[in-house]
Amino acid sequence: MDKHDQQDTQSDARPVLEGPDIARVLTRIAHEIVERAKGADDVVLLGIPTRGVFLAQRLAAKLEEITDRKIPVGSLDITMYRDDLRMHPPRALARTEIPGDGIDGRLVVLVDDVLFSGRTIRAALDALNDIGRPRAVQLAVLVDRGHRELPIRADYVGKNLPTSLRETVKVQLAEEDGRDTVLLGAKQTQ
Amino acid sequence: MQRHLISAADLTRDDAVLILDTAEEMARVADRPIKKLPTLRGRTIVNLFFEDSTRTRISFEAAEKRLSADVINFTAKGSSVSKGESLKDTAQTLEAMGVDAVVIRHGASGAPYRLATSGWIDAAVINAGDGTHQHPTQALLDAFTMRRRLIGRDAGLGQDLSGKRITIVGDVLHSRVARSNVDLLHTLGAEVTLVAPPTLVPVGVETWPCEVSYDLDSTLAKSDAVMMLRVQRERMNAAFFPTEREYSRRYGLDGDRMARMPEHAIVMHPGPMVRGMEITAEVADSDRCTVVEQVANGVSIRMAVLYLLLGGNEPAVSHTRIEEK
Repeated sequence: MDKHDQQDTQSDARPVLEGPDIARVLTRIAHEIVERAKGADDVVLLGIPTRGVFLAQRLAAKLEEITDRKIPVGSLDITMYRDDLRMHPPRALARTEIPGDGIDGRLVVLVDDVLFSGRTIRAALDALNDIGRPRAVQLAVLVDRGHRELPIRADYVGKNLPTSLRETVKVQLAEEDGRDTVLLGAKQTQ
Repeated sequence: MQRHLISAADLTRDDAVLILDTAEEMARVADRPIKKLPTLRGRTIVNLFFEDSTRTRISFEAAEKRLSADVINFTAKGSSVSKGESLKDTAQTLEAMGVDAVVIRHGASGAPYRLATSGWIDAAVINAGDGTHQHPTQALLDAFTMRRRLIGRDAGLGQDLSGKRITIVGDVLHSRVARSNVDLLHTLGAEVTLVAPPTLVPVGVETWPCEVSYDLDSTLAKSDAVMMLRVQRERMNAAFFPTEREYSRRYGLDGDRMARMPEHAIVMHPGPMVRGMEITAEVADSDRCTVVEQVANGVSIRMAVLYLLLGGNEPAVSHTRIEEK
């Protein structure tokens, strides 16, 4: 999302999820993870920068409340694995931090804010390949806005948000933006 | 659109910090079991070495291969260059092969600039050392090593070297490492002092953004880093100093001198070291000497430069000063 979109989103966007809703859907996703992983024994959460990392940290806190166990959480920067690198100027790299015990044989849950074309997740799967061999990989997203370009589906979805390609979805989180909200706005034609 | 790295003087402070920060992330790749990224897949990079330099060439080659580029090594020895082919002809041959970047080392100062600006070739040009002029990736890896050691690996992110005092000792006259470092360290806010025998200080040094001293002992106590330069025997075609022993006594770094440096201060050397002359074995093997680290950091810096110049459809590093020329 470029600067233009962001300004636009802030001016005439309407919120579709507010702070308490976000907390509620994250609690639900945490319970779903525990249920599907039968206790979350070997779960490792990897957030995709920037906002996926904050969501992963919040999910880890909730999982710890539920299971009474420390859940390893890290971040996975996928910039170097993108398939559109040659279409834009290079981006500054974000942090990749893999928990100390690695991901071999673990259940890795990738966490991102918005699921759109699926290309970010494809890149994330490639990046994981270079780091280790998880037992299984699952995907948790706050918002699924549709328009997939690859056969990728999330395991845990906070909110399904059918959108048009003329709309933008902007997730704001307290850690980065000072407040929790998901905004749906119209994309300005340039 | 310019997409070259010719001189450390072309980099702005923000560009230099971006390169150092990117290199910090690249260094993490080196800690992984699989040290490879698909970023430059399908790009062809030529290492065009008109002058021997195993160290720099394999460092670039490692960086290029870790980013999955296709690498062609070209050394002048035994090539058409030794049969009399000009730089222009070589460039046009590479252009015809569809090369994306050329890493060039040349004995003549200005050869990379000529290659980048003459219109012979569209590829990105990265200077890997030209004559006594510049060696920008060496300066970047030195700055990276200083930032890591003097500020810290994570604490250093986004930071420059403001307030750090760096002393560069030795053959400044013939040293492209010294020139590049003075330019870059000044851009990053550090105070640089050059220490050399008067015969090995270049004419016009007073226009450089640094201090000059002929006395090593008086600068040691206030240095955060002391960078020793190699005495380039191959360039000592005139009597620059009386004897090697005399040089070593006045400008060599030994254990006594190292003890007079502040506790946190580091000793650097671009390699290869001539032990016993500019540096004693005791200093070279101490924990404060960063020579081996500098080699490892060189790969990370070169990966960062290649990513920022070639990773997208236009370079992330701006080169306003080159464009003005």
